[in-house]
Amino acid sequence: MADKQYIKIFAGFERFWHWTQALLVIVLMITGARLHGLFDGPPWAMAFQVHLIAAGLIILLWIFAIFWHFTTGAWQHYIPTLRNLIPVIRYYAYGIFLGEAHPAKPTLRRKHNPLQRLSYLFLKLVINPAIWITGVLYLTVSLTGFDLGTVAWLHVVAAYAMALFVVIHVYMATTGETVTSYLKAMITGYEWVVVDEDKPGK
Amino acid sequence: MFRLFAHAVIFSSLAVVSASAQSDVPTLTADHKKFEVLKGPFATGSDVTKACLTCHTEAGKQVMGSIHWKWDTVNPATGQTLGKKNVLNAFCGNLATNEPRCTSCHAGYGWEDEATFDFADQTNIDCLACHDTTGEYVKWPTKAGHPLYSPVTQSSRMVPYAGSMIVEEPDGKFTHMPPDLAHVAENVGAPGRDNCGNCHFYGGGGDNVKHGDLSSALSNPSPHVDVHMSPEGANMTCVDCHVGNGHDWPGSRYHGTITDNSIQPAGMRNTDILACNSCHTATPHDAATLKGFKLNGHTDRVACQTCHIPEYAKGGVATKTWWDWSAAGKLKDGKPYAEHDEQGRHTYLSTKGDFKWGEDVVPTYAFWNGQVEYTLLGDKIDPSGVVGINRIGGSAGDPQSMIYPFKRMQGKQAYDAVNNHLLQSNVYGPTTDTAFWTNFSWDKALAAGMADSDVPYSGEYGFVETEMWWPTTHMVSPSSEALECDSCHARDGRLAGLGGFYLPGRDGFATTDRIGLVLLALALAGIVLHTIIRLVMSRRRGEG
Repeated sequence: MADKQYIKIFAGFERFWHWTQALLVIVLMITGARLHGLFDGPPWAMAFQVHLIAAGLIILLWIFAIFWHFTTGAWQHYIPTLRNLIPVIRYYAYGIFLGEAHPAKPTLRRKHNPLQRLSYLFLKLVINPAIWITGVLYLTVSLTGFDLGTVAWLHVVAAYAMALFVVIHVYMATTGETVTSYLKAMITGYEWVVVDEDKPGK
Repeated sequence: MFRLFAHAVIFSSLAVVSASAQSDVPTLTADHKKFEVLKGPFATGSDVTKACLTCHTEAGKQVMGSIHWKWDTVNPATGQTLGKKNVLNAFCGNLATNEPRCTSCHAGYGWEDEATFDFADQTNIDCLACHDTTGEYVKWPTKAGHPLYSPVTQSSRMVPYAGSMIVEEPDGKFTHMPPDLAHVAENVGAPGRDNCGNCHFYGGGGDNVKHGDLSSALSNPSPHVDVHMSPEGANMTCVDCHVGNGHDWPGSRYHGTITDNSIQPAGMRNTDILACNSCHTATPHDAATLKGFKLNGHTDRVACQTCHIPEYAKGGVATKTWWDWSAAGKLKDGKPYAEHDEQGRHTYLSTKGDFKWGEDVVPTYAFWNGQVEYTLLGDKIDPSGVVGINRIGGSAGDPQSMIYPFKRMQGKQAYDAVNNHLLQSNVYGPTTDTAFWTNFSWDKALAAGMADSDVPYSGEYGFVETEMWWPTTHMVSPSSEALECDSCHARDGRLAGLGGFYLPGRDGFATTDRIGLVLLALALAGIVLHTIIRLVMSRRRGEG
């Protein structure tokens, strides 16, 4: 068993990106639900403007984040793998109840377990683009002549997918060694990780 | 094509005020007081017209080509022959056999009977109704277009009539003085709001009865009632928008112009077409703001009027919304009677039937492409349903249609129970035996009305429920009073009943929303279950 050290695995930008995105997504979900008529109360015009401002900011943030991921090579953390996937799923479905150790220990080169890799990749490649592309189409529907109902439906479907992600993601964040340990890592950037990197072939 | 600086129009009246305050230079090029020919005296309106025509040599021909004179027009889109002379409406019904009353608003003198009135005689034109600036010239309601030439004393004040021309008698009666035609002739000018209003405000037999958005409240409106016409607003007159060009005016509800697609030189408008965007452009909202940008994106399918006229019949003048002719004719002790509501508005008249009124009315909204089709005399109807006196064209699926506000007039009208078509009736005629308002006999009134047409009448009549669509385009509010997004983007908003398209905030996606919300609920339930098992097992391990 390799040594573990308490070192920074989430860079400053990464944490800024994560928490800003979290705030914007929550604002977008609430205002979006208002615009969709799921609840009444705040003026529609206000919800619309807040939704649009938050949407503009999150698209800007994503552009920076995409740039950051490619320039730092951090994108490699999202390369999907089947290795260790089944044990991780088994852990969340069963082992966690028995107090077993997590089958995937974070390392500097593998911050995320195989299930995280898959779900974050799905978020970045499917849900995020779907939601902002349909959002832009929604905003500009009078210019493009696309069918409003179809564009609105696609945006709503993407929004439900995003909401599902957020709900599950927030809960999964409580499944660390203590309920708040993952949260703490995402705030401070520091985590106990295996520093003795896996050797090739191991 | 006649063109005009849009902004010059809007601010012209303000400019006149400031210019006259600062200098003695007149703003007009002719002072009609200096024309010998206008000094009179004049015995009749026609005598004044003769004088006018001595200088305005072409005006007669122009007026004779206009709908104000002909009351007859062909709708180019439907081919239907319309105009007051031809159509039926949901109010007094029809012109034929009722001329002296109806033609009190004809731009002429003496149309008592279509067969005998000379439509080619220019001296029959009434110049003063439109060009009087004294306010003292008002056409008398029952004199086929003539004003009074001698005083008339009666128990009630005539409306409209200049207050300064009415003398209250000691016995409580009112003597209506005839206008001094020479004085009026020397004071002619461009039409003001009341010139148009003396007829157009009183259509259907009373103030705001007909249109809903045209009433005496527009004589001197607050900005709330009409931001364009208010003296505290732009103080515009009718002809600032309906710019006359050779005595021809744009703007018609027989064939609506919902948007102006003409090619305009920068900063100018074409005056032979009229819509809000003729002056305001199709992108009137501040595109630098999110709300403005999105509102500009509405203008292709939502008429300006929809948001900017939140209510019609504003300013304290109600409009008639229901007119049930079938209830007319009841008598008390053999005499006609009237019933009123608390505001003094007629709810029943033996002459006319049952009424309902509305003030500050929320319009009915519909997709409209500007087309209007009429149910003309003789057209087959289905008496089992509501008969449209007119029908508006357009739909959500038609890209040329816009959501537009309407006054939907409703009521009951007579129809031929055998031949299934609407009927025209003779209602006015104080000296005839047939007129309904005199003798209260539908048999006589309908037979006399139909005898004046080529359409057969079986002699058996019934009453059918009718509706008539009146586009709402006047009484624009200040922008601060315009509808908010939630007025329509809401489950039970103003457009709750308008189908055929997706409206964000009003329409969910029933199945998708259900699936999405169920999945979210399942996820939350799973989380709760997972949490409980974690807690229970961890406690057990702790205990063990």
